[in-house]
Amino acid sequence: MESDRLPDPEEASSEAAGITLHLDGFEGPLDLLLHLIKREEIDIWDIPIARITEQYLEYLELMKDLNINVAGEWLVMAATLIYIKSRMLLPPDPSAAAQEETQEDPRTELVYQLLEHQKFKNAAQMLYTREEVENAVWNKPPKEVEEDSGEIVAATLFDLLRAFHAVVKRFEEQRTLEVDQEEISVEDAIASIRRLLLTRDSILFSSFFLGMSAKRHVIVTFLALLELVRLHEIWLYQKKNFDEIYISKARLSRAAQ
Amino acid sequence: MEVKELQPILEAIIYAADDPVRPEQLKEILPAESFDKIETALQHLMQDFNSRSGGMIIREIAGGYRMTTRPEYHEHIHAYLRSKPGAKLSMPALETLAVIAYRQPVTLAEILAVRGKKSSTSLKTLLEKKLVSIAGRKQVVGRPILYATSREFLIHFGLKDLSELPTLEEFAEMAGGQL
Repeated sequence: MESDRLPDPEEASSEAAGITLHLDGFEGPLDLLLHLIKREEIDIWDIPIARITEQYLEYLELMKDLNINVAGEWLVMAATLIYIKSRMLLPPDPSAAAQEETQEDPRTELVYQLLEHQKFKNAAQMLYTREEVENAVWNKPPKEVEEDSGEIVAATLFDLLRAFHAVVKRFEEQRTLEVDQEEISVEDAIASIRRLLLTRDSILFSSFFLGMSAKRHVIVTFLALLELVRLHEIWLYQKKNFDEIYISKARLSRAAQ
Repeated sequence: MEVKELQPILEAIIYAADDPVRPEQLKEILPAESFDKIETALQHLMQDFNSRSGGMIIREIAGGYRMTTRPEYHEHIHAYLRSKPGAKLSMPALETLAVIAYRQPVTLAEILAVRGKKSSTSLKTLLEKKLVSIAGRKQVVGRPILYATSREFLIHFGLKDLSELPTLEEFAEMAGGQL
């Protein structure tokens, strides 16, 4: 995808004075391209690639002048545009034309990417409208109530050890081959437990360790659980005594216990 | 119990609930009633309640039923509460969310491919707001994390379920028309 033709500095600055600035709206290169196509009232299926490339590079220069940090994806798009432009300049390869009926327009892939991007921009607009409507409605604020925890009982240390022992035992029965792998720290394990509990109310203790292939991983995760209990971030409970242990996020009222 | 007797009970529960009330939850606390009867009563209740044209409305959200104020009265409510509309999601976050909603489950790299830019900051916001959740890992090299929309997403955007979203093709027509 290399092109030895670098943007001509003179070409880039030729119209710089007349450029209107909408940089805040251009979150990424595709946004800028869509804007240029709309502004020039260009048919998306027939993009004058030389003109658009030139304008794109002008914006890029401008961003540099304004000391805006130009992220890698902007440069990748610049390279893509220049590559397409150079391919458009080449006469069609007669030998290739003989093999294939139609040679693909070098712009096609970019056009599909732009259309796809526009679809999601429209979808985002729809979400924006829906959010606005939802912002305009009120639900009854929750009333402070004492939670009736039913038969739920907090798991004791012995329950926990018993459950952990079962996990380790099951693990040993599997006799999986241990290979050197990335070491996981207790911090990492804490982070991944927190992530899991973002989306789930409670997790069965025994299923928590499924899929872990290293004994070290199991132990580190167990230590992470203990640490989170200590920090009152999670709590361990059973539906009844000696039942399965569940892990759940600590509610504020429970954290005080 | 007759459907007519069931209706006010359901109405009271929906009012008192913090979250959309799902028919399965109602079945659990009304074991003597059939699931069908509960659903019929819910539909009747919604029709009766909403045809009243009052300030409140019962809506189907995230697979359940929820009572809210009607959106058209928001100005009066704000005036009374001396409040202003709350913070909304940024456009980049909404775009990232749109990609996740239509392509789920999806990896960060796949989001990048569609949006043509890094989306990790937006994704972090969406995860923090619990609009997006982790849906496992893709079984490819590196086992990247898969993201999907959550129940909170449906609640936040007032959707009954994901099928209530317009199809992506409908947006394609819009895209074609605009360009």
